[in-house]
Amino acid sequence: MNESTGLEIQHVKKAFSSYGTSDKFYAVNGIDLSVKGGELVTLLGPSGCGKTTMLRMVAGFEMPTEGNILLGGKDVTSQPPNKRNVGMMFQSYALFPHLDVYQNIEYGLKVQKVPENERKKRVGDMMDLMKISEYSNRMPNQISGGQQQRVALARAVVTRPQVLLFDEPLSNLDAKLREYMRDELRKIQIEIGITSLYVTHDQSEAMAISDRVVIMRAGKIEQQGSNKEIYSHPVNSFVANFMGKANFIQVKKFSHISGAKNATAEILGKLTSVQSTPDFEGGVCLIRPEDIHFDSTGMPAKIVHGSYFGNMVEYELDIQGQRLYMTEFGNTNEIVRNGSEVKVKFNADKICLLPDKR
Amino acid sequence: MNIKTQKRREALMLLKQPGLLATIIVILLILIVFCIYPIIRLLVTCITNESGHFDLSSITYVLKKTNIGLAFRNSIKLGLVVGILATIIGYVFAFAINRTSMPGKKFFHTIAMLPILSPPFVISLAMILLFGRSGVITKQLLGITNHNVYGFSSLVIVQTLALFPLAYLNEKGIMESMDSSVENAARSLGAGRLKVFLSVTLPLSLPGILSAFLIVFAKSLSDFGNPQVLAGDYAVLSVSAYTQITGLYNLRTGSFMAVSILVPSMLAFFIQKYWVAKKSFVTITGKPVGQVDFITEKNVVCPLFCLCIVLTLGILLFYGTVVWVSLVKTWGVDMSISLKNYQFVFQSGSGKKALRDTLLLSLIATPITAILGMMISFLLVRKKFFGRKLMEFSTMIPFAVPGIALGIGYVVSFNQKPLLLTGTAVIIIAALVFRTLSVGVEAGSNSLRQVDKSIEEASTILGADNFTTFVHISLPIMKSALFSGLLNAFVRSMTSVSAVIFLVSVKWNLLTVSIMSAIESNKLGLASAYCVLLMCIVLVAMAILDLLVNRAFGYRRPKHE
Repeated sequence: MNESTGLEIQHVKKAFSSYGTSDKFYAVNGIDLSVKGGELVTLLGPSGCGKTTMLRMVAGFEMPTEGNILLGGKDVTSQPPNKRNVGMMFQSYALFPHLDVYQNIEYGLKVQKVPENERKKRVGDMMDLMKISEYSNRMPNQISGGQQQRVALARAVVTRPQVLLFDEPLSNLDAKLREYMRDELRKIQIEIGITSLYVTHDQSEAMAISDRVVIMRAGKIEQQGSNKEIYSHPVNSFVANFMGKANFIQVKKFSHISGAKNATAEILGKLTSVQSTPDFEGGVCLIRPEDIHFDSTGMPAKIVHGSYFGNMVEYELDIQGQRLYMTEFGNTNEIVRNGSEVKVKFNADKICLLPDKR
Repeated sequence: MNIKTQKRREALMLLKQPGLLATIIVILLILIVFCIYPIIRLLVTCITNESGHFDLSSITYVLKKTNIGLAFRNSIKLGLVVGILATIIGYVFAFAINRTSMPGKKFFHTIAMLPILSPPFVISLAMILLFGRSGVITKQLLGITNHNVYGFSSLVIVQTLALFPLAYLNEKGIMESMDSSVENAARSLGAGRLKVFLSVTLPLSLPGILSAFLIVFAKSLSDFGNPQVLAGDYAVLSVSAYTQITGLYNLRTGSFMAVSILVPSMLAFFIQKYWVAKKSFVTITGKPVGQVDFITEKNVVCPLFCLCIVLTLGILLFYGTVVWVSLVKTWGVDMSISLKNYQFVFQSGSGKKALRDTLLLSLIATPITAILGMMISFLLVRKKFFGRKLMEFSTMIPFAVPGIALGIGYVVSFNQKPLLLTGTAVIIIAALVFRTLSVGVEAGSNSLRQVDKSIEEASTILGADNFTTFVHISLPIMKSALFSGLLNAFVRSMTSVSAVIFLVSVKWNLLTVSIMSAIESNKLGLASAYCVLLMCIVLVAMAILDLLVNRAFGYRRPKHE
């Protein structure tokens, strides 16, 4: 796998003119991103952050206002979608309603004039891989959502595209099936080693499936990196809030040397030495719910509410008037009653000072 | 870099799809030649003389020497009265069918479609047969001799019956897409049936009512067939324009008269299209709307039911009369059953020829209209390109202008080289195609908008070009729109009068024009036979089309379950 099989997005902008005015609105506002061959990169962000627009520009359905898109080192910016050799999975699956499963998968090969024998073999292999051979004569409305999903994936990859694009493909499935299909998708993606760009607003989906996550907001990239990097070292409170659950406490007193990764800050009246972003100039401190635990030597807190999840309990705490969430894994037999006075401690080494950009 | 780069790149992308680009250019050219140019020529003809110089003499002549002022006022008056009556009747029909538990809904709906499926002047013909000098009702039942059926009141009755189905369809559409849970909410808040109707249903359907009125008004203004048969001394513009041209051989004054109908009817059309339609409260979401709580109260259902019965009986009486007359030896004299009229049609050379020409020309025009309509709707809904607005606008022009104006426009546009088409089949086919194109485009656009765009995108990204996607994905999905497009094109081709009356020739004649002349020479039995034949052809065509389209694009059944 080398650079030339990948996808390169170079300073892409996309402006839409707002209706009735001459104002321009940038849905995508300067994105630089490269996806290496075989890598799966996820664009993650709230709705309206421009992730789908970005994906559609890679597909060729939208024209960038500025910037270029390169596939395998070749500029395809003004290439029509049918000449780009990219595959795409749509949110609605977009199976052809008047063709059966086999014909749906075969369609792309037929269009590309692959000879019949080879077509048969490739469609057959693909259906075996996706475990959908037995449905080959069914119409799309005669199979379940998960099966439709597989057909859509089979159809997208059977033509061996250079890049596979996923437009929130799991959002129409129920929660249980979504998790299952997510793992299936990832397994197949690794198996055929296809370069992929995946769009979602579901952070757990992004965490589970990606080699690399790109957090987007208002048309710009906030942060990119492996899921672990982003979770444990978010660059600001927006990213921290979007990746996982987070408690934020305003930091009023702190001493921090610019450029350094450590700082001392007063958190809930207690001077603590914590991590910090290098350019920290005031903001909040991030405490993940799992970094709070019961400890008889800790600070006093009151249980506001407890929710039982089987493998863990989530408590809403009141500490000096601040509401914080904590999760307790493992010891879930006893649930502390609402209103109880308890003592808790923070894992100080995990606390992090962040600019507040929520 | 800025928006300009984006535009340049979009243009570049279009260039890389030569098929698409060529299609767009060809379609635009065709539309300009057959939809825009004739109307421009019509306007030019009004203000120039034979040698092509600017000259307003024909306008001053028309204004001073003819009864155009009276005809204009008459046309408008007729349009307003018919518009109001047809809109009210249409609304009663739509409400009764959509909101009450009235029995026989399907029957009423089918009968209401009859006037749409038949040539416009069948009802006029029946009017003469029933209430004319030797009419069944006037002469034989009531013993009135010399009853003058011609004039304003007959025209009102006839046009109302002929045009209320248009109002009904429009108002029915609005009511079907109205979320009835709003009405249910009003009910549950304690409002009675009348209160719900007055405070919710009626206000919500107002835009539909208004647009129904405007459509009927425009149609009444531009109607030529009925006034030509029935107007008598009541001068209306379409007939006056026709008389100027065929009677006085004055193309320029006729053109100006046609333009004077064109202005108000196009105004009504565009107000309806761009203003009223935008005011609609109804949004089409594609989601099924909640269950309608049908009105079952007898005191509401009974009167509505009676009204519908009276109206449908009226329509059946009119159509039945035409069928009956066609089967009678000599109407009013020898009432014995005979096939004489039909024999005459099939034995006389002109009758057979008109039948054959009509069928042939319609069969050529129909697929062209439907396919062109689907292609244009695909381009309009799914593609961005320079000239999109022009394309949309030009498809509507021939539909919005009165048929008579389009016909005159074609005459003045295509009578010299390089576009010498007068007297050919091409000019008739063109008139038929472009007159109905807009209906096909509308049907196609509506059905495309309901189809998820990503289905076509999926085809594109798999490597299919626009043509492949259109043929293998869009068309099969637009099956029902294609069907209604084909049907509409065929019915309209078979039944149109005003747009083609100037275009027929010795070489190519049409049934509708033959019917007109048969009525004018008082061969009412023959005219009736023609009408019945025409309607039978339309019904047979409907059945065949249904079969064909289902076979061609029918979903494949699963081989095993």
